Amino acid sequence: MTQSDPRFHVPAPHARPGDTPDFSHIEIPPAGEARKPAVDIDGSETRDLALGLVRVLDHNHQAVGEWDPKLDADVLREGLKHMVLTRVYDDRMLKLQRQGKMSFYMKSTGEEAVAVAAAMALDNTDMIFPSYRQQGILFARGRDIVDMMCHCISNSRDNLKGRQLPVHYTWAEGNFFSISGNLTTQFPQAVGYAMACQFKGEKQIAASWIGEGSSAEGDFHGALVLASTYKAPVILNVVNNQWAISTFQGVARGQGNTFAEKGLGYGLASLRIDGNDFLAVYAATQWAAERARAGHGATIIESFTYRADAHSTSDDPSGYRPKAEEEKWPLGDPVERLKQHLIGLGEWDEERHEALEKELNELVIASYKEAESHGTLHDGPLSPTHTIFEDVYVEPDWRLRRQRQDLGV
Amino acid sequence: MAKMNMIQALNSALDNMLEKDPNVVSFGEDAGYFGGVFRVTAGLQEKYGLDRSFDAPINEAAIIAMAIGMGVKGMRPVAEIQFADYIFPGLDQIVSELSRIRYRTAGQFTTPVTIRTPCGGGIRGGQTHSMSPEAFFTQIPGVQVVMPSNPYDAKGLLISAIESDDPVIFFEPKRLYNGPFDGDPGKALETWGKHPKGEVPEEHYSLPIGKAEVVREGNDVSIITYGTLVHVALAAAEREGIDAEIIDLKTLVPYDIETIAKSVNKTGRCIVAQEAPRTSGFGAELAAQIQEECFYALETPIYRIAGWDTPYPHAHEWAYFPGLTRFTTAMREVLEA
Repeated sequence: MTQSDPRFHVPAPHARPGDTPDFSHIEIPPAGEARKPAVDIDGSETRDLALGLVRVLDHNHQAVGEWDPKLDADVLREGLKHMVLTRVYDDRMLKLQRQGKMSFYMKSTGEEAVAVAAAMALDNTDMIFPSYRQQGILFARGRDIVDMMCHCISNSRDNLKGRQLPVHYTWAEGNFFSISGNLTTQFPQAVGYAMACQFKGEKQIAASWIGEGSSAEGDFHGALVLASTYKAPVILNVVNNQWAISTFQGVARGQGNTFAEKGLGYGLASLRIDGNDFLAVYAATQWAAERARAGHGATIIESFTYRADAHSTSDDPSGYRPKAEEEKWPLGDPVERLKQHLIGLGEWDEERHEALEKELNELVIASYKEAESHGTLHDGPLSPTHTIFEDVYVEPDWRLRRQRQDLGV
Repeated sequence: MAKMNMIQALNSALDNMLEKDPNVVSFGEDAGYFGGVFRVTAGLQEKYGLDRSFDAPINEAAIIAMAIGMGVKGMRPVAEIQFADYIFPGLDQIVSELSRIRYRTAGQFTTPVTIRTPCGGGIRGGQTHSMSPEAFFTQIPGVQVVMPSNPYDAKGLLISAIESDDPVIFFEPKRLYNGPFDGDPGKALETWGKHPKGEVPEEHYSLPIGKAEVVREGNDVSIITYGTLVHVALAAAEREGIDAEIIDLKTLVPYDIETIAKSVNKTGRCIVAQEAPRTSGFGAELAAQIQEECFYALETPIYRIAGWDTPYPHAHEWAYFPGLTRFTTAMREVLEA
């Protein structure tokens, strides 16, 4: 049998392995062009924002337009620090995974702004329903790096007692909910949580993240209809990093123009933003949070970005996309762009940047040394074995008690 | 004959069926261009075209429903669910739709869907990449449930599943994809290269659904199991030097009661083993049926080996997995009772 024209439409990306990376089909509106409406705008009136692209940093790395959040240099430097830390941490953890120190890892390279800027624009008390590529939120909220590593190497100090895969963090004190390996389940949960915040008369809101591929799940549509029906104080983020493992974004998007556009059918405020622009992510999140807190309802935000590395340590992108495609991404690198913005403001320079990288590298290395002193997956110590029978219920019933005896722990 | 691991054998089955029957299509998350995260569908899109092997959006309910619709129109769809742990959003389409189309339309409509999905632990997959949810599906009248334990069976049974006019949930024990596994994680990885069931014909053949195999003959105790644990049972019997008869079920619905009863009536002692949690697992069904069929032959109570009634832990994977120790303990208890 030979290949013939498909009898039904099957979408394909613009470039595959062996092709020259090509993003010429992607329309990039100028920075500063998008209007910034009042936070009480009717969701149906956000069509231009769902189809456009909110950008603040222009090609000269200057902040322009109505969406410029006009942040102090200290805040920008803090953001840069969290982003650099995220990248340094990811790079180190990948190396350690390759050395067999942990079973699995997932980097967020290229998507640092999506997590860090959003976390900084929210209150630390706001509830996070994350997916697996928002480790930047943890850094922005000040989580102890050693604790994060102890989870990843599943040792005796892993706060999840070795029950979850690496990077499936939970941090209740930091208002960071559990990460599920099953996709999009957290999206409608975040809406329920947000409704409970209203029920209890609290100003807390909820924010959730999924990838663009996950927006195909029924739970995505469930979340949107709930958020719309109950006008819930929630921010629903779709991180469009172009690739769902090997599947390009067109398979989940279908004939629609953007992922943000899907919110319009539900009457939600719908924004599409440059996810590699720290200021755009910050401003959009701040706007959506204000809207939610003021009782005007939910916002869906599509962060347009690029997954610059493999999906996970189990994945090899050379099998489905051109080599070095990430270098051609038209919206650049989020860390580099914020760095250049700060340099342009006269608030940063190459020397300080190098020093920061060095400092964070040393911090990460020292943190790992400490983490490893509490054990590793392969050499232990782990959480005591009997803990596998705990937390299934409040109290183990006779079956679990008997099974624990059978295991002899 | 060629040497194949289980991934290659499954790929070969799909290849044969895509070649043979123009109504066969294969699809799933990452299953088209890239050929699946476990590479079971590798090369099929290139060989047969975009509309014979394609990527699906991440929506398991929609994937299964699409298969149902295609099947109603006379196609033979093979849907891949990337991990069995991810099948649950599609459960309504399986329970309320797929399984009942023939029954509720009095045979006016049928849909010969095959759902392939990797299952089981032993790959450090944590709780969302390790489940053995087969028992859920044995509770659904109208679907057949198959789980092979080696490349030769995998190919022959997948071809039968695709050719079957009834729907099949086809579980692929992912720990066995690249080699047999005797339950000792400390040992170097084995491949299928030296295993007799790694010899797989490249051409089309089928094995009957509903037929178990006695993979080791013995007189003292019958061990009834399927999937990964077949290899653990074999290793345990060898290691302990016990004259155990081991049955690889291969099909859970409809299971081969004749082969089971014959064995238990001979040995008078029986162990049923599953990797899934114990409560309401498939071993419970087996134990109940065996005691009905073989009550007067049984010299000891039927012993159940199972996973614990907990989610599958990540770090303590090997404390969960029913490995060699639990098999040897079981055999000793049953033989000494």
